[in-house]
Formats: sequence, C-alpha cells, structure tokens
Amino acid sequence: MKLTINGKLRELDAEPDMPLLWALRDLLGLRGTKYGCGKGLCGACTVHLDGQPRRSCQLTVADVASGKVTTIEGLSADGSHPLQQAWREFNVPQCGYCQSGQLMSASALLASNSNPSDEEISSAMAGNLCRCGTYPRIRSAIKSTFTDAAASATGGTGEGAA
Amino acid sequence: MSTFSVVSRRRFLQLTGLTASGLVLGAVAPRNLALAGILDEAQGSQLNVFVSVATDGTVEIIAHRSEMGTGIRTGLPQVVADEMEADWQQVKVIQAHADSRYGSQNTDGSRSVRDFYHIMRQMGAAARTLLEQAAAATWQVPVEECTARNHAVHHSSGRSLGFGALAAKAAELPLPALESLRLKDTANFRYIGKDVPIVDLRDMTTGKATYGIDVHVPEMLYASIERTPWLQGRIVSYDSAAALEVKGVLDVVELKAVDGAPGFNPIEGVAVLATNNHSALKGRAALKVRWRESDHSSHNAEAYLDELVARVEGGAGEVARQRGDVDAALASAASVVEATYRTPYLAHASMEPPVATARVTDERCEIWACTQTPQATQQAVAKTLELDVSAVTVHVTLLGGGFGRKAKPDFSVEAARLAAHVGKPVQVVWSREDDIRHDYFHACSAQHFKGALDEDGNVTAWLGRQAAPPIESTFDRSVRINGANWLSQSFASVPFAVPNLRVESHEAPAHVRIGWLRSVYNIPYAFGVGSFVDELAHAAGRDPAEFWLELIGEDRLLDFKDEGFEYSNYGRSITEYPFATARTKGVIRELVASIPWGEKLPQGQGWGLSVANSFLSNVAVASKVDVRDGRLRVLELHGVIDAGRVINPDRVHAQMEGGMIFGLSLALNGEITFAGGEAQQSNFHDYPIARMDQVPAVIRSHIVSSETAPTGVGEPPTPPTAPAIANAVFAATGKRIRELPLSKHFDV
Ligand code: FES
Ligand code: FES
Repeated sequence: MKLTINGKLRELDAEPDMPLLWALRDLLGLRGTKYGCGKGLCGACTVHLDGQPRRSCQLTVADVASGKVTTIEGLSADGSHPLQQAWREFNVPQCGYCQSGQLMSASALLASNSNPSDEEISSAMAGNLCRCGTYPRIRSAIKSTFTDAAASATGGTGEGAA
Repeated sequence: MSTFSVVSRRRFLQLTGLTASGLVLGAVAPRNLALAGILDEAQGSQLNVFVSVATDGTVEIIAHRSEMGTGIRTGLPQVVADEMEADWQQVKVIQAHADSRYGSQNTDGSRSVRDFYHIMRQMGAAARTLLEQAAAATWQVPVEECTARNHAVHHSSGRSLGFGALAAKAAELPLPALESLRLKDTANFRYIGKDVPIVDLRDMTTGKATYGIDVHVPEMLYASIERTPWLQGRIVSYDSAAALEVKGVLDVVELKAVDGAPGFNPIEGVAVLATNNHSALKGRAALKVRWRESDHSSHNAEAYLDELVARVEGGAGEVARQRGDVDAALASAASVVEATYRTPYLAHASMEPPVATARVTDERCEIWACTQTPQATQQAVAKTLELDVSAVTVHVTLLGGGFGRKAKPDFSVEAARLAAHVGKPVQVVWSREDDIRHDYFHACSAQHFKGALDEDGNVTAWLGRQAAPPIESTFDRSVRINGANWLSQSFASVPFAVPNLRVESHEAPAHVRIGWLRSVYNIPYAFGVGSFVDELAHAAGRDPAEFWLELIGEDRLLDFKDEGFEYSNYGRSITEYPFATARTKGVIRELVASIPWGEKLPQGQGWGLSVANSFLSNVAVASKVDVRDGRLRVLELHGVIDAGRVINPDRVHAQMEGGMIFGLSLALNGEITFAGGEAQQSNFHDYPIARMDQVPAVIRSHIVSSETAPTGVGEPPTPPTAPAIANAVFAATGKRIRELPLSKHFDV
C-alpha cells in the first residue's frame, strides 16, 4: 500500500484497518504524531488530511489512501512555520507532548481563517488537551501571528500574564 | 533524534567513585570532588561528575533530574553554567542515566532546585576554579590574577584563553577542596534569575523530542497488557487462541503478580506481543480472561466515602495535634460552625501514558523509560531479573507529563520481564484506558471541621478530623491511617493562631493502589481547610482575606513541637527552612493588592481566594467566577507564589499557570469512582481534563521577589486553586460546595 505523506509517496505493509496513527509511528518512524487516547478525544494525534485537521487515531490507512497527509514533521522544513516560531517566542511547551497536535490544529485553523476570534480559537482548539495547562500561552501564540496586541488581548500586560 | 536514545556511559563514571559515600537522604552534597579530574581524550575533559569541557570549547552539563514539563533539564544546568562562567550558547545538556553518584534523581516532591541549587553552584565553581588554575599554570602567574569570564579565562595583563584550550590541562589538576570554593556574588549572575528558554524548545515544536513512547530499538516488539480489574485479582484462566490469530501478534504471555502489597510490582495480567501497536491492541481485544475475585472486588467508592464521612462525623479519632481545650471552647462558644467535605479519587492522566522499553541480553538489561525515578527503576528491574544493579542501564527520556505517576517503576518492570521472556526487546505501551483504570490513584477523603466563634467573630476553637486511605498501604497493607507525614500537608499544619485547636485522624483501609499526584494530600486537605476558613469568615460576617490574615495571626515561626505534632517540613530541617507565618500572609496581601478584591460585581459573579503552604513555598490563589442558569464559568485566576530565590522566572510562571489549571481541572471534573472493585472511568470522555474553552482567558501569576533559599514550585500552585474557585462560587451564589468535583453541582 502507498500513502502520500509530507509530499512523499511512502510504501508500507499494513492491514487496511490499521489506524493512520500507528502506521505513521510504528511502520514509518514518524513519531512526532503522538498517541494520547486512541478514541478521538485528545487531539495529540492530529495531522492534516488534504489540509483539514484530522485525528489520525480515527482514520485507517485505507481512509487516507487517496489523500495527502501532513504531519508535524512536514509542517515546515526547518521549524520555521509562523506558529512554530510563535510557540518558541511564547515558550509555550511544558512537557511538550501535546504540542505537535496543538500546532497541527492551530495551523489548520489559521490556514482557513487568518483572523479567528477568541471563540473561534477556543472551538478549533477545544479538542486538543494539554494536561500541563499551556492553553493561555497557546492562545497568545496563535494570536501573535495576526495581531501585535496578542499579549494584551488576554487581559493585560502584567508580570506573568500568559 | 536527540541524545536520549543511546548515550553511552562516559568513561569517567566508571572510573570515579564520586559521591556515593557522601549521600545523605535529601541532602546530597557530593563530598569528594577530588576523584573527578579524569581526562577523556576522545570527548574532552571531565572537570567533575556534572561538567565536562571539550577541546572545541563545548561544555557538557549533566541533567540528572527528569524533565516532565517543569523545565528542570534547563534550570539546573543554567545554574552550573552561570557559576562556571560558561556561555550558554556553547553548553550542551546531557541527560543522565540512572546512577547513584549523582545523588537522588527522584524527580518529585518539588525539590530539584531546593536540593540541588547549591550543589550545582559548587559544581560550576569547581569547574571554573580548575579552568582558572589551568590558565595560571599555562601563563606561570598566580591564580589570583586569573578570572573566568564568558567562556574564557582572562589575565590581568589582558591575555586570555578559551575554555576549550584549557580543558585538557584543567582535567589533570587535582580538584579543589569543597571548602575552598568561592561562589559568585549574586549580583554577577548571568543566567540565574533569567528567562532562559528550555533546551528542548525547538525539538518540542518540530515533533523531534523523544519521549518514552518514541523510543525505537531494533527488533522491538510492542506489548499491550490486559490487567486484573480489581486490586489483587488473579488470573483463573485465559484463552489466547483468537489473539494469536491476529496478524502481527507473535506471542501471548502471562504476567503473574507477586503476593503481598502492590508496591511497584506489575499488576497480574496477560500480555499480547506484536510487531506494532495496532496488532497488539487488536490481539488483546480478542483475549478471553477470567479473573479471580479478591477482598477488594466489591469496593464501591460511593459507599466507601459514606463510611469515611460517618467516621469523621461520628467521633474522635487519633489525635495528631492538640492545643488548649477544644471541647470546652466549643461548649462555651457564641456560635459553632461545622461542615464535612468529600473529595474523590483522582487519576494522573499525563498526556503520555506510561511506556517503557527493555532489552535484555545475557547478563545485562537496558531500559528506556519516561521515568521520574531512574534509580528506583534500576533497582526494581535488577530485582525482578535477579541482576546486579550495575548490570541495569536506565536511559531517561523526556516525560510527556508525570505528576507522580511516573515515579512508580512498575511499567519498566513489566517491560523487563517480557523482554527477558521473549528474548527480544519489548516496549510496553499503556493505553489510555490502562492508565486511568489501573492508576496508582490519588486518595479520596472525608474531612469534618468544627469552629467556635465568640461574640466578636473571633475563632476560639478549630477542630479538624480526616479519613483518607494512606499511600503507605500500597507498600504495607497493615497501614490504615494517615499519620503526621501526610497530615503535614495542609491538614494538621494549619498556621492558625487560635487558642484551642485539635486535629484528628481516622482509619481508612485502602482498596485500591494509592499513589501520589501533584501536591499529594495537599489537594484534598487544602480544599477542606481553605473552604472551611471561608465558611467561618462568612459566619463571622468578615471579609475572607482579612479573616485569613487574622486567623494566621502575628508573625512567628511555627514548629508545632509543643502541640504533639511531628511536622514533616517536607523532609528539611525547620531551622534551615522555617515555617514563617509572615510569608504566608505576604502572599495573601500581594494577591489582594493585585486584583480588584471587594469590587461590586453583577449578580451571579463572585471572587474567592485561598492560600496554602506546601513544599516549603506559599501560594495564594484568587478566582473570579460567573454562575448563571446552573452553568459555572471560571473567568479569572490569579496566583502569587513565594518560593524563595527563583532560577528561571518564566518557568515558574509556567508552573503557576499550569498548576492552577491543573487544580481547576481537578476541581471542575476530576473524579474516579469504583464499582465492583473496578474503576468506572477509562478515557477522556468520562475522566475529562480541562479544555481550552474551560480555562479562563485571564490567568496571572506573580512571583514574590526573594533571596532566601529556593523552595518548591511544581506542586504548590495546585492546592489553593480548588478552594479559591469553590469560595468564589459561594460568593457568587450563596451555595457552599462541600463535595468535589464541581461538575456534580453545575454544568461546567
Ligand atoms: S490519540 Fe487520537 S485523539 Fe487522542
Ligand atoms: S505541554 Fe504537557 S501536555 Fe501539553
């Protein structure tokens, strides 16, 4: 079976019902996409399928045979996607485990809506869990890509304002 | 891939016997630096157990604590680099394997900075001294004329030599005596106290960071384990035929439990080994296992908590702390307030579940694991395989969250046993369902309080009584009651200046594996205490913030000794780390000054606050909520922390934000229940953790500026958060929440 992943045709020997998540990780060695729940509940496994954010644990390899898959490894060649830069500017990650999925959801949001409202950000990101609680900084980092007022948008500029 | 996968052990570590004899519980000063000056021609020069300098100038600093999101893999090397005058851009952080020569690597208890700040400064100072001596020897000048600055040693004449050029010579010099080390003047700090970005930032934003689940060893098999649903269950029989039919499944292996307390031993189960996770999970779903019941297979959380409530409301327990005559004061009070609180079992639910990989060869075992306790892992694996501890290498990966769960090495033991059995490397991956159903659960609790008020609203007596299953029961089934150690976590250690005070403890025999979760018993106890203080304040008709300050009373140092209470002080001496009421009051004052406390709010909104002293730090949290039509929204969270000197303020703010959100998450939704001995929750649909849209848009943290010794940061923000929210709910609605989570009472 062949899949188009990050612009390359990749060959793999998988049962058609294998979730894309495990095919990426176990068969193709693309381990930036994370397992968190296996049930579409946490967003850690988010990838893009033809530009749309999808939970790779809820897609089988058969589902994506004709589509184009982008993973965190393919979000940019060198970590220079504006959101990756913003993530570093705001020191978003704590443990970092959820952040591949967060970045994939956020980048899909911005690709379809370059100026999302707070509610639109919340609803696009609500499926991505972060046990470390990096949400305020995720929000600030997303907003910084389209407004200079990001730091104050969450309510002030005081010490430790996230 | 990062350096985690296979960092071969450095020759110096085999050659030095450094520090092993100098280790004392908690106080981990490497006493004998003199053993460490050994040249490693290939790699550069080892200046001491934590620092080496390569001839190209690269400074390698060992991070011996586990990175689970606090930033410690950056913070402690930051201290070393500062003290040795290294340029951070030329520093490479190397994650340590399990090795007792580093001192304790047990990354919990919010003590990495507390225990190692000074030692890391000594390590940096020792390296700097050697480099200065090497330069002096090269130039044939007195060492006093040589000063290390920004990755080079400079002579008063203007000459200078880079660290790389000095490395070989420095490593040949005898190490300076510990007492002779001269530490930098704090005014000259370059990195300590600065927002240094974490070393893993780029990898974490590009998908390259390596967690336990990302380890790949050639020929490795993946294992998924079906475990007994109740404590101390056993396999009666199992049928593996269908599982073995699944493509990719290679083996099905029974994992027997050892008898006795659960400890860090694997739970009894049946493992399916396969070439990939999908096959392992599919094979496991096809298993048929019959389990034998145990004494715990009728455990019901609801009924159990009812029993605990009856016990704390029913009468006196074991007295843990006593001052004055509480009964007399209650009998003569103008009014008596009483309340009982219930808090549920909790699960850790780190985003990365427990995962360990093991490779067992003839007489050796290698482990790769997202572990908080490398040395305990090493010991547990050595024991199960009957190997010498030195034959077990533990590679520590990044942790996708830990929160105490990954302090238990059971999952590495599982991997080691399976790898030894099948003769191939094995990675054990806990599914989310495994993680939630088979956690080392955080204790539930029942707490009962009585407070006596006089005519003027002053508190004349405080009675606290608790029952919660003790952590020790996981290791010793005979322990049925929480003693001074856990009561030191915000229950018996209340800093109140009331004339009559008594704290009691009741038995609560455990029916599940009890573990420790971020801030441990402070979670339930700070909720009970923080809520009851608020109840008393309202009963006395007083402003809660002022009431807290008066209840704590005048500035003094507490040691509880003459009240019969052995306060733990988190393992540190009370003279070195005094419990100062001034600092507890200080965070309340700073908090109130930073928010519009007392402002007039629309109907359905309210402010609440609480404070807790934990892990030697003080944190006060305030919350503003909106409650309308049964729907609760937390609008704002504000926190103030006093944790002494801070190494990396940005990471402290991050812990404050994350710790408050962790507390909010538990308060809103956290609850594990049991029926028939089985956990009733299994994944994020029934054990929800806070989502972005439940987290307030406004989260502020403030760090009290301090030059005193560093204290805990990772855990202290969590305890005061739940009571701050519940108190705000009372202010908004008049409804007092005495049972968590809040989702029982409101749409959250
Ligand atoms: S692993 Fe796919 S949504 Fe959680
Ligand atoms: S950063 Fe740890 S789970 Fe999000």
